[in-house]
Amino acid sequence: MGAPLTAGRHFFSCRLAHMLLEGKKGLVVSVTNKNSIGWAVAEAAHNQGAHVIVGAQNERMLERVGELVADYPRMSAVQVDFGIPSDMEALAERVKNDFGTADFVVHSAAFAQREDLQGRFIDTSREGFGIALDVSAYSLVSLCKTLEPVLADDASVMAMSYLGSTRTVGNYNVMGVAKAALEACARYLAVDLGPRGIRVNVLSPGPINTVAARGVKGLTDMITYVHDKAPLKREFGQQEVAGSAVYLMSDLSKGVTGQIVFVDNGYNVVGM
Amino acid sequence: MADNVFEKVKKVVCEELGVQESEVKPESSFTEDLGADSLDVVELVMALEEQFSTDIPDDDVANLKTVGDVVSYIEKKLG
Repeated sequence: MGAPLTAGRHFFSCRLAHMLLEGKKGLVVSVTNKNSIGWAVAEAAHNQGAHVIVGAQNERMLERVGELVADYPRMSAVQVDFGIPSDMEALAERVKNDFGTADFVVHSAAFAQREDLQGRFIDTSREGFGIALDVSAYSLVSLCKTLEPVLADDASVMAMSYLGSTRTVGNYNVMGVAKAALEACARYLAVDLGPRGIRVNVLSPGPINTVAARGVKGLTDMITYVHDKAPLKREFGQQEVAGSAVYLMSDLSKGVTGQIVFVDNGYNVVGM
Repeated sequence: MADNVFEKVKKVVCEELGVQESEVKPESSFTEDLGADSLDVVELVMALEEQFSTDIPDDDVANLKTVGDVVSYIEKKLG
């Protein structure tokens, strides 16, 4: 009985000697500042050995993201607005030039008009509905379509959602509908890209204090509420999401696709 | 105490909005005098929360128009 155990231990310690993402190359789009979930994900991927291109939505963000990545030897910044076709083409070209192919793509971006993130959902305008769905959900489809030729076989794609996709959350409103669409998009993309071994998953973090999330009225109250009710009581934030993102980027999750992975201290299982 | 809070707020404002210390006066409006847009305001609020280890709820943010508003708000909070 002793021998297999020793062998097992030996195998395990060998594996630990390597970083989880050594030799992997990928993208995180987009990052606004150091509090962004995308930034924590990019940093964690880098620290596990990956090369990372970090997206910034406009010139001003690019300057800031440029400063952030400057401290990391295997990171670089790129300006990309999902709504601008030439930006998307340039992104694919950049991947081709820098990496050849990408092993992971992290979609971490969403937008809705501020007036649509408070009050009654019923008041959402057609225009506001369209903007939220376009920027927050369709962008995953166009990102996958644009990058498909430069995605490596067995690549891992992931997007960020929130519980508001399947449950009502006050003030989250049209963004909940957009996240429902995003999650459905991920499932269909998982089917389209599955034959090449490419996985598409969704991370669903609990509420976290980021610039983007502060667009939702009452975010700080949401955070307090979830911390109070969730099974796990420990502090929770960007780092926890980054850990699960690294798992999804790594070969450890190669049998996982089309899934919604909750990273919320377990809050989503609580009835009352 | 008041000067201390003002100095700390001034430092955060300069860092977040990229303005000179001489531009930051108690009566300076973030959006009208210091060129902050809505994103800057959110980032400024988060930086102030971090600096003073406190929460600044949205309903309170709506009333914080000037540097002086923030200083008196924080003084009251730290009370």
